[in-house]
Amino acid sequence: MDMIRIVIVAVGGQGNLLASHLLGEAALAHEVPVQISEIHGMAQRGGVVESSILLGKAQSNIISPGEADILVGFEPLETLRAIGKCNKDSIVLSNTAPLPPFTVAIGMGVYPPVEETMNLIGAQVRKNIAFDASSLARQAGTLLSLNMVMLGALAGTGLIPISADMLKQTISEKTKKAFLEMNIKAFDLGYAVSAGAVH
Amino acid sequence: MNELLLDSPGEKMLMLGNEAIVRGAIEAGAAVATCYPGTPSSEIGDTFFKIQKESGIYFEYAINEMVALEVAAAAAIAGVRAMCSMKHVGVNVAADFLMSLAYEGVKGGFVLVSADDPSMFSSQNEQDNRMYGKFSGLPVLEPSSIAEAKEMARYAFDLSEMLKEPVILRTTTRINHSTGVISLGPIAGKNSQGSFPKEPLRNTLIPSVSTKLHKLLLANWEKAAGESDQSPYNFVSGEGKLGIITSGVSFNYVSDALQDLALTSRVSVLRIGFSHPLPDRLIKDFIAKCEKILVVEELEPYLEEGVKVKAQEIGSVIPIKGKGDGLFSRAYEFSPSMVRKVIASYFGVTCPTKEAVNIDIPNIPQRPPNLCAGCPHRATYAAMRQACGDEPIYTNDIGCYTLGVLPPLSMSDLSVCMGASIGMGSGMGTATGRKVVSFIGDSTFFHAGIPGLINALHNGHNQTVVIMDNGTTSMTGFQPDPGTAMENMGFNNLSVSIEALVNGIGVKHVTVVKPFKFKKTVEQIKEAIAFPGLSVIISREICPMYEKTFKKQEKRSYFVDHSKCKNHRVCLNTLACPAFYLEGEQVEIDEASCIGCTLCVQVCPENAIRLKKIGE
Ligand code: SF4
Ligand code: SF4
Repeated sequence: MDMIRIVIVAVGGQGNLLASHLLGEAALAHEVPVQISEIHGMAQRGGVVESSILLGKAQSNIISPGEADILVGFEPLETLRAIGKCNKDSIVLSNTAPLPPFTVAIGMGVYPPVEETMNLIGAQVRKNIAFDASSLARQAGTLLSLNMVMLGALAGTGLIPISADMLKQTISEKTKKAFLEMNIKAFDLGYAVSAGAVH
Repeated sequence: MNELLLDSPGEKMLMLGNEAIVRGAIEAGAAVATCYPGTPSSEIGDTFFKIQKESGIYFEYAINEMVALEVAAAAAIAGVRAMCSMKHVGVNVAADFLMSLAYEGVKGGFVLVSADDPSMFSSQNEQDNRMYGKFSGLPVLEPSSIAEAKEMARYAFDLSEMLKEPVILRTTTRINHSTGVISLGPIAGKNSQGSFPKEPLRNTLIPSVSTKLHKLLLANWEKAAGESDQSPYNFVSGEGKLGIITSGVSFNYVSDALQDLALTSRVSVLRIGFSHPLPDRLIKDFIAKCEKILVVEELEPYLEEGVKVKAQEIGSVIPIKGKGDGLFSRAYEFSPSMVRKVIASYFGVTCPTKEAVNIDIPNIPQRPPNLCAGCPHRATYAAMRQACGDEPIYTNDIGCYTLGVLPPLSMSDLSVCMGASIGMGSGMGTATGRKVVSFIGDSTFFHAGIPGLINALHNGHNQTVVIMDNGTTSMTGFQPDPGTAMENMGFNNLSVSIEALVNGIGVKHVTVVKPFKFKKTVEQIKEAIAFPGLSVIISREICPMYEKTFKKQEKRSYFVDHSKCKNHRVCLNTLACPAFYLEGEQVEIDEASCIGCTLCVQVCPENAIRLKKIGE
C-alpha cells in the first residue's frame, strides 16, 4: 500500500482532533498502519490545531513541508496558512466558511477574500475541492458536525484506503449515540461533495 | 470499564502516547502515581486521575513537581511500584530531591517521566532532560514510537527494581501527543502495601551516610551500563560502512529517509533507546565497523559527545558529525524531510524533494491565542489597568493569565517560570524603586508562589501581589489544586483557603475582590496599591470553561444597542473579548461566543450593551 499523508488544520473547538481520532480508529479496524500526531498547545484559547495522519508503512508521525498528499482545511485562512505542507500533486479539501481571528474581528488585520484564496490555492495544487462545509453541517443539524462533513469529504475523494462504510461504522461505535443520526447525515453530505471529484 | 484497564493481551488499541505510558505502568503493576500537570505531560496524570477509583492505583495531583516526586518516590522506597510525571522544566523544580534520591535509591520500581518539548509548542525553553540522566547518574530510556513508549514504561519498572535506582523515561512532544497502535500486554498483579524497616543510618543522608551511598550509586551506574550494552532497546539495523547513530523520534525520520534514499543496504543504524548510560561495547563495535558516522538527535549533542569520547578511547579517527557544520541544529524539533536532506548530503547521494507550494501572500492575519470570552482574568486585568495604567511594573507567572501580555490588557512586563512572579517582583521593586504588581494564579501560587510571598513579607517589599483564583489549573486542562472545590469532581478532599493562608503568615493588607464587580474592584485595587509595603489581592471568580465541565450554565448573551452606541469602541479597545467583532464600522457581539459575564456592560459609558432575551 502507498503511504497517504494527511494534514488537518482547524481552529480550536472545530472538532479536528475527534476527526483524526476516528480516522485512526477506522484505520486500526481496517488493519491499515496509522500514525497520528497533533499540536494543540493553546488551542483551547482560540489558537490553531494541526494534526498529521499517516496511513501506511511510515515510521515518522509528522509531515514535512511539501509532503502532504491531502490537506483538509476546516477554515479557509488556516488552510492557506498550512498550504506549505502541500506540493503540486496534493489534493486540498477546503471549507470556505471563514472564522475570522480576533485580530481581524477588531480591524487589526484584513481577512483575505475567500474566493481569491481558494483560486490561489487551486492554482498551485492538483485540485482544491472548496465548499461551504459549515452550512452543510448546519443542514445536518448543527455546526458542531463540521468535522463529520470534512471526514465524509475526505472519504469521498476515494484516496484513502478506508471505505466510507468503515468510517461510518467507526463513527457509530465511537461517537455519542444521541448525535449519531446527525453525524452520519453530515458525513454523507460531505461525501457527496467530493465523490467523483478526484480522477 | 475504562479501556486502559482491559486485561486482554494481544488486543490492539489506538492510544495517545501519554495513555500508552499509563498503560505501561498498569501492566507493570504500578500502585502509586503522582504528577504536576504541564504540557506535554498533562494527560498522563489526567488518565491516572480518571482510572484511579476503578484501578485501585493511588493517584494525586501534587502541589508541585518536587512534592510529586517526593510522594511517589517514598512509596517506591517502601517497595511499592510508582510513577511520577511532569514536563521537562518541572524536573528543575524537582531536581533538588532527584539528585539525592539517586543516592538513596528505591526498592519498588520507580519511573520518572520527563516530557520534553523540542520547538517549545507550549513551553518557555527546550532544555534536553537526557542531561538529567548524566547529572544524577540515573538511567534514561527514550522511546521512538507510541508502542515503544508503552513497552519502555513497563520495562522501566523492572529495570528500576533490578538496579534499585529510579529510571527516567524521557519523551518528547511527538511521543506524548501522538497516537499510534499498541498491543496490550498482560497486567501484572500490583502490590499496594509497602514496608519500611527502620535503618536510619542507611536512609538519612548525612555526610557519613552519603559518602557510602555515592559509591553505591556509582556501582549501580556500572550495572546500568552493563544493562545498556545488552538492552534490546539499543540495536543495529541495516548494513554498510556508513553509520548513523540516533534516538527518539529522530530514529523514525532516519528510517523513512533511508527507505526514500534507497540507502538501507549501505547504511547501518544504531538506535539508542537506553540512552544513559550509553552502551559502551555496542558503540565501540559500531564505530569500529564504520567509515563515517552521522549522529541524528534533537536538541543537545548528548549522543554525539558520548560517541566521540568512545571513538577517542578506541583510537578511532573516522569522521563523526552531528550538530554544527551546517548539518543539524541544536534548536527546534526535526522533520522527516530535513533529516533526509542532511543524510543525503553527508553521504553524498542525491535527494529527491517535493517542492512545497509557495504562495506568497503578504500579511496574512495571525491567530494568536486569547483569554476566552468571559474569562475572569480579563476583568482583573482591565480593572488593574483602569486603576493604575502603566505606572507599576507588572511581573507575571505561567498560566492562562500569561495571555494578558497581549494588548490591550498588556499586563505582563516580565514572566519567566512557574512561581517566579512574586520573587522577581520583589527584586524589581528593590532595583527600580518603583511600585510592582505581581500576578499569580491559584495553582501556581500553591506550586511555588508561597515562598516568594513569605519572603516579600519578611523583607518588607513594596509590592502588591494579585492571586487570581479561578478555582482550578486551567491552562493544562482543569486539574485540581489544593484550593479547588473537590466535591464538583466527586471527591471529598479539603480545600485550602488562600485567605487563611495569606492572613496566617501575617500579611497586613488582604483584599478579596470579585472581578466582575468592576467598579468596586477598581476601587479596592487602588486602595491595595496605596498601602505602603506588601498587600495581597485575591481576585476570585471561577474559570467559566472549567465550570462548564460540571455545571450546566444558563445561556446569556449581550448585544450592542446601536441607538445608544457612539462607536468609540471603549469595550473593544479595553477588553478585547473575543466575542466582539466589527460589522462594517460597528461593534457587534457574537451571540454564540458571549457567555454573558457583563464586563463589557460595565465598561460601556453609554449603557449601550444590553441583555438579549432568549429567542429575541
Ligand atoms: S480557560 Fe478559563 S482561565 Fe483560561 S482563558 Fe479560558 S476562561 Fe480564562
Ligand atoms: S458580556 Fe461582554 S465581555 Fe462578557 S463575554 Fe459577553 S461580550 Fe465578552
